[in-house]
Amino acid sequence: MAINMRYVVDGSDFTTAGEASTAVKMKLKKLGIAPDIVRRVAIAMYEAEINMVIHAGGGVAEVELESDKIIIKLIDHGKGIADVDLAMREGYSTAPDAVRNLGFGAGMGLPNIKKYSDEMHIDTEVGKGTTVTIIINLQ
Amino acid sequence: MIQFIKSGDTLEKNLCGVKQMKIGEICRILDAKVLCGQELMDTEVSSACGSDMMSDVLAFVKNHAILLTGLLNPQTVRTAMMMDMKCIIFVRGKTPDESMVSLAQDNGIVMMTTDFRMYTACGLLYNAGLYTSGSDKV
Ligand SMILES: Nc1ncnc2c1ncn2[C@@H]1O[C@H](COP(=O)(O)OP(=O)(O)O)[C@@H](O)[C@H]1O
Ligand SMILES: [Mg+2]
Repeated sequence: MAINMRYVVDGSDFTTAGEASTAVKMKLKKLGIAPDIVRRVAIAMYEAEINMVIHAGGGVAEVELESDKIIIKLIDHGKGIADVDLAMREGYSTAPDAVRNLGFGAGMGLPNIKKYSDEMHIDTEVGKGTTVTIIINLQ
Repeated sequence: MIQFIKSGDTLEKNLCGVKQMKIGEICRILDAKVLCGQELMDTEVSSACGSDMMSDVLAFVKNHAILLTGLLNPQTVRTAMMMDMKCIIFVRGKTPDESMVSLAQDNGIVMMTTDFRMYTACGLLYNAGLYTSGSDKV
């Protein structure tokens, strides 16, 4: 019953960041999921995918569509987040200026993910990596 | 409330809050050059936003169909795609490379470039009636 999708997110190329989120958005749209839910999934996953590229050197995105919810996991083996509460704060960012010049790094990504999801979990260990789990209910 | 009604506006329009404007009309007002999506000039839109920070667009934008920006990279197009926007307008005469144009084209997004700066471009469209009434505060 459940539909699973898996994408490798290239950490070396900022220009392709967002391809996984785009693919998921299209797939959900095709499956007839309500447009506002598709948009929330797309935005939350896109922010997390961008984070994986700019902060963690890429990783893997796993999406599971269940009958009542969508679960998105973004798994990386980057540097991890030392203080999650601090990272969740609006405006907090360790992104270098180069990233800011690309239109990201405003410290709004994690707060945005929280805003658009029904549930959000961050499992992280410094030096080991981060898994961001985003859950969005279908109704 | 009343003082915000410009001459020529109807009260009804302000109460409804939405003026439909064709993308072709926006193009004319901004004296813009269309880079792709010429066939979509009759698409009607009712609101726009302007920003160079994509995270801000992702955070605060509700149902805007038009993105005015000075940010020239593929993430501009991806952001518009995620938000279901219909048109990207580059300000200050910025011109994207071919890969960006084709990404927009493939996804049914109109792309154009205007020589006006951000402030003026937004002002011209707002003045022409492209805004949603009611508070736009975050
Ligand atoms: N996957 C990740 N790996 C390591 N650090 C991360 C990751 N995601 C977020 N962070 C940290 O959390 C901070 C806040 O993230 P976010 O709210 O998305 O803002 P921004 O990406 O604009 O810096 C980042 O600056 C970074 O320090
Ligand atoms: Mg971020």
